[in-house]
Amino acid sequence: MRQWHRRYRITKQATLTGNPLKLIAAVMAFSLSPACSHDLKRLERAQEQALSSPAIAPAEHKGHRDRVRPGKKAHTAPAISSEERETMPAMDHSKMNHNPLPSTAQPRQPDTAENPEPDSSPGSADSEETGAGNHGNHHRHDDAGHGSLPRQEISPPSDVRDPHAYSEGYDFGPLPRPHMGDDDNQGSLLVDRLESQTKRNNTSVTYDWQAWYGPTYDRALIRAEGEIESGTFKNARNELLWAHAVTAYWDTHLGVRYDSGKGTDRGWLAFGVQGLAPYWLYVEATAYVNEQGRTAFRLETEYDLLLTQKLILQPRIELNIYSRRDDTRDVSSGLSDLEAGLRLRYEIVRELAPYVGFEWSGRFGSGADNIRVAGKDAEETRFVAGVRFWF
Amino acid sequence: MKPIFRSYCLLPNISRRRFLERLLAGGILLGFRPWLKAPQAKERTQPAAVLTGPKFNLTIASTPVNFTGAPRLATTVNGSIPAPTLRWREGDTVTVRVSNRLDEASSIHWHGILPPYQMDGVPGISFKGIAPGETFTYRFKVQQSGTYWYHSHSGMQEQTGLYGAIIVEPAEAEPIKADRDYIIMLSDWTDEDPMSIFAKLKKQSDYYNFNQLTALDFFQDAGAGGFASAIRKRHMWNQMRMNMTDLADISAYTYTYLMNGTTPAGNWTGLFRPGEKVRLRFINAGAQTFFDIRIPGLKMTVVQADGQNVEPVAVDEFRIGLSETYDVIVTPDDRAYTVFAQAMDRTGYACGTLATRHGLSAEIPRLDKPERLTMEDMMGDMNGDGKHTHVMDHSAHGGTHSSRGAIRAHHARTEFGAGVDMRVDMPRTNLDDPGVGLRNNGRRVLTYADLHTIGGSLDLREAGREIELHLTGNMKRYSWSFDGVEFGKSTPVHFRHGERLRVILVNDTMMTHPIHLHGMWSELESPDGRFQARKHTINIQPAQRVSFLVTADAPGRWAWHCHLFYHMHAGMMRQVVVD
Repeated sequence: MRQWHRRYRITKQATLTGNPLKLIAAVMAFSLSPACSHDLKRLERAQEQALSSPAIAPAEHKGHRDRVRPGKKAHTAPAISSEERETMPAMDHSKMNHNPLPSTAQPRQPDTAENPEPDSSPGSADSEETGAGNHGNHHRHDDAGHGSLPRQEISPPSDVRDPHAYSEGYDFGPLPRPHMGDDDNQGSLLVDRLESQTKRNNTSVTYDWQAWYGPTYDRALIRAEGEIESGTFKNARNELLWAHAVTAYWDTHLGVRYDSGKGTDRGWLAFGVQGLAPYWLYVEATAYVNEQGRTAFRLETEYDLLLTQKLILQPRIELNIYSRRDDTRDVSSGLSDLEAGLRLRYEIVRELAPYVGFEWSGRFGSGADNIRVAGKDAEETRFVAGVRFWF
Repeated sequence: MKPIFRSYCLLPNISRRRFLERLLAGGILLGFRPWLKAPQAKERTQPAAVLTGPKFNLTIASTPVNFTGAPRLATTVNGSIPAPTLRWREGDTVTVRVSNRLDEASSIHWHGILPPYQMDGVPGISFKGIAPGETFTYRFKVQQSGTYWYHSHSGMQEQTGLYGAIIVEPAEAEPIKADRDYIIMLSDWTDEDPMSIFAKLKKQSDYYNFNQLTALDFFQDAGAGGFASAIRKRHMWNQMRMNMTDLADISAYTYTYLMNGTTPAGNWTGLFRPGEKVRLRFINAGAQTFFDIRIPGLKMTVVQADGQNVEPVAVDEFRIGLSETYDVIVTPDDRAYTVFAQAMDRTGYACGTLATRHGLSAEIPRLDKPERLTMEDMMGDMNGDGKHTHVMDHSAHGGTHSSRGAIRAHHARTEFGAGVDMRVDMPRTNLDDPGVGLRNNGRRVLTYADLHTIGGSLDLREAGREIELHLTGNMKRYSWSFDGVEFGKSTPVHFRHGERLRVILVNDTMMTHPIHLHGMWSELESPDGRFQARKHTINIQPAQRVSFLVTADAPGRWAWHCHLFYHMHAGMMRQVVVD
């Protein structure tokens, strides 16, 4: 959930000044850039690693021998896919090897603790990954085909333990099982933005909230975002989704979206993901299709940059892409609109944080033309002030 | 490590509470007077009564307390926090009648004591629990001696005050000679509803962490070691979405740390005469806090751990995991000493005084700077890149003395799911690491490698079987488990009656977990397979692999869990069936 993504950060933005959009983009981009900037170093490290790794077979622990079937590759290594590739630290060769090696004749390697999250489709993950130090490089090939976030990773290696094997058929006794909190339902409402937007003597109110209820791995999720101007909904997006945890940091979403406000109301089927990309980048990416064959895609990312423990700078980007223009809603085909904002909030307590900031908003294509025809600007910069709260 | 900026000035709650703590020591209020205002509150809590004899009557009830200036209801036994100290004798059959006057079910578990399983006090595993208004009679023969404790195993009652000490006198002469004998029971008190704490952690798992790395830290690091180095330091952690300041889930933001039920301002005091040998029985009865204990100016000689006498070892400091006990001997001079127990995340401390008379106090040390977790804590057996490699197993290096080689962890199928945010394939196995925050601090710090239980193992058989379980979790989702399976989805672990087996625990998380097996001893092994120490609770550090031997001589059903209270509640628990 969105609360997750507040953590320590790296900052670089102080060197950037001037164009606000550039600044926002730079701060956002920075979170993704290290993966690239470190490629070279990683390669170097990998080579060092390959050279320095002693050729020692890890001692097979005796207790596990019986679990390894003869004739089968003892420790089939998991393939490592893109997310793990992304998570390969440049500086640390010991992070390189996630996969356990075959028990003999391979250079021993240090290991990583990172879990590449499992792939829900077992087929994509396989055990070709047995190389020594250079697999940081190797992954790159594997993943060339995977485009968008989140990339899902590996399936378990083939010699995994059965977690229930130790029960040897025993079940819980006659007493009712003690109740722990692991299957409790929890619920939360997060109002991420409730703000006034001021531009050219014109003030509107924007809201963006989500609420969820359910156990840890499956939750009902409502997301809503919209703009109220002069007492009427100008634009409102409402989503009801089933959020299912698929990997450590990502949930999949399935549900419906209903747009109201200006123009024709539209209903959509929604499927997407929400979670944390490496570097604690919060991402909501959702694709939509409606019964007229219209499709749409919405991306929202946020990033929390801790200036102090309580003062947090949050760049945020949201964009919408549509397959067809919809003049009643000033929607154009292709990239229809984009918002990039920078908000500075102060967490009085964790749950309550007032903020100020500014946001650049642009509309493109036919929608922008419509707006210009109406005598307004398709691009504008607004001052925002609001409050973020949750409970 | 660069000093980490700690912004207490930005935490009005803490400073406000610290101020109030100076006004009052907190503790049980006189009678039922919840309207009592802070400055009028009693300066010290009632010391826990000491009960002796083979028969005991304990009454569990809600009692108003005030530790922080805000009156709250605590769960108490016979009206006190801690609960009364029970003095038993080895060989006696004790009878404890426990009456529950709460409006919810309750229970008492005798931590570290090995009774028949029906007397172990875990609702849903050993018995049905004690319903409101009911009385349950525990009756069993005590077949061990040493320092133990008891606590509720129901609901949130352990967090809200239900814990007390047990001293079992040995049947034969006490081998540990001391002129004075004090229990020092450490705990963590919160004014919040524990369920609300759990819900907050579920929604934002770093809710209580106000020691996170900020932009300021980044520039400090960059200033000290260069821009590239500061980026590098953070890169992997950021990539993995792991937090190197995640030392404790719950901090002094909500906790007030207690020594024998007394806040630091209350200054619990133990008296001595100069030259006397004083035995201090430390018990960590906290719900979620590791304490690092030292007495500036005094060497502590550790003589017992988890109720089992160990070869004496003199240290300056030791870390006590949740539910562990350590008995130390000190010989103080004619002055006052501060017994200082700082929380592992360095946000607060419990403290008291050893002095020749009441009213004296010694200087209270400053809290240490919180250290960040290191690469070893994340990755285990690294290939020599970390700064603490001197304590690591050097067989990892270049094959120069690699008689053993690194040991690969065998993950369970269920560890590849949404409930597990990291896995360690090559865990570290050394026991001589005192853990994050205590490494290279210039003091002699106790480690598990220093513990040698006198008399060795109780069962000289080789292990006939091995069981490997992994400690797993997802910090963001605040889900904790064994092998990626939370308690609600788990099946029991079967120990065959009479067998000797080796249990291997691999910590696939970034936190230290104190793992407590009920009903049977955990005989900790050194990395090369020699008997190390007999314990009831074993701390497993991040990315560490620990093995211990168990003799499955206690038929029945037993709990096995992480003693971090909120981890257990989140699912880090199993049932063991011995049959």
